Amino acid sequence: MIATLMFYLLGAVALGATGMAIIQRNPVYAVIYLVKSIFALALIFYLLGAPLVAALQVIVYAGAIMVLFLFVIMMLEVTPTSAVEVTAPGWVQWAPVLFLALTLVALTLILIGLDPLASEGVPRWHASPRDFGYSLFKEYALAVKIISFQLSFAAVGAFHVGMTERKRAQLEDVS
Amino acid sequence: MIVPMEHLLILATLLFVLGLGCVMVRRNLIMILIGVEIMINSVGLVLVGASAFWQQVDGQIMVLILMAITAAEVAIGLALVVYLHQQKKSIDVGIFDEMRG
Repeated sequence: MIATLMFYLLGAVALGATGMAIIQRNPVYAVIYLVKSIFALALIFYLLGAPLVAALQVIVYAGAIMVLFLFVIMMLEVTPTSAVEVTAPGWVQWAPVLFLALTLVALTLILIGLDPLASEGVPRWHASPRDFGYSLFKEYALAVKIISFQLSFAAVGAFHVGMTERKRAQLEDVS
Repeated sequence: MIVPMEHLLILATLLFVLGLGCVMVRRNLIMILIGVEIMINSVGLVLVGASAFWQQVDGQIMVLILMAITAAEVAIGLALVVYLHQQKKSIDVGIFDEMRG
């Protein structure tokens, strides 16, 4: 029962955070809101019986991909820097962030505080990391190999696209 | 299953529509990539929901594969954004309206 209630609350938080993310003028604010949306989705994953995927969602999406976004935004200096926006964010900017963050923290604490052995707290069916790993590395072993190839291709592609003109000319002279 | 499957699909559809709107409306390349992220997240929600609905672990493995694909897509996409910014000193999509080899 409490899990069902939490699902709707987290769904509302995810929708609200995503809606705030897509209307921001400043991409940095958008990324911050999107991180909140990703946390809410990770808690929903946990409620749906996917604890490992929930952890990976936080680690990979919020920890790696969003930080990459922030890195590129700050490297390119694409944030609007007019004289009006230099002032510190006021309550209008702070209120939604704080509201969403506090809701997420409260829901996380409730989820931690629930007795894990009680039938209400954890979902009745859930894939333990052991089941997940067996299935991943036995039935889907080929997919893991293909994915590793694809990640290395992506690394090579990103390296090639990111090369500067001078470096490219140097490489062409050598060859 | 803690909620009916329909409610989960409605939530995922709303998230997908928000991401699609972000891709269609925004003129900033980074915001377009963020919209793609939102859409991929909603697809992951559907996969985990289906995994819980049929009580099979396959959906969660597809989410893992989806995460790897997303990481590759973001790496290439952000490298392209940096490259385009080097070329034109701007990341507004209105500028990139010509395709010449």
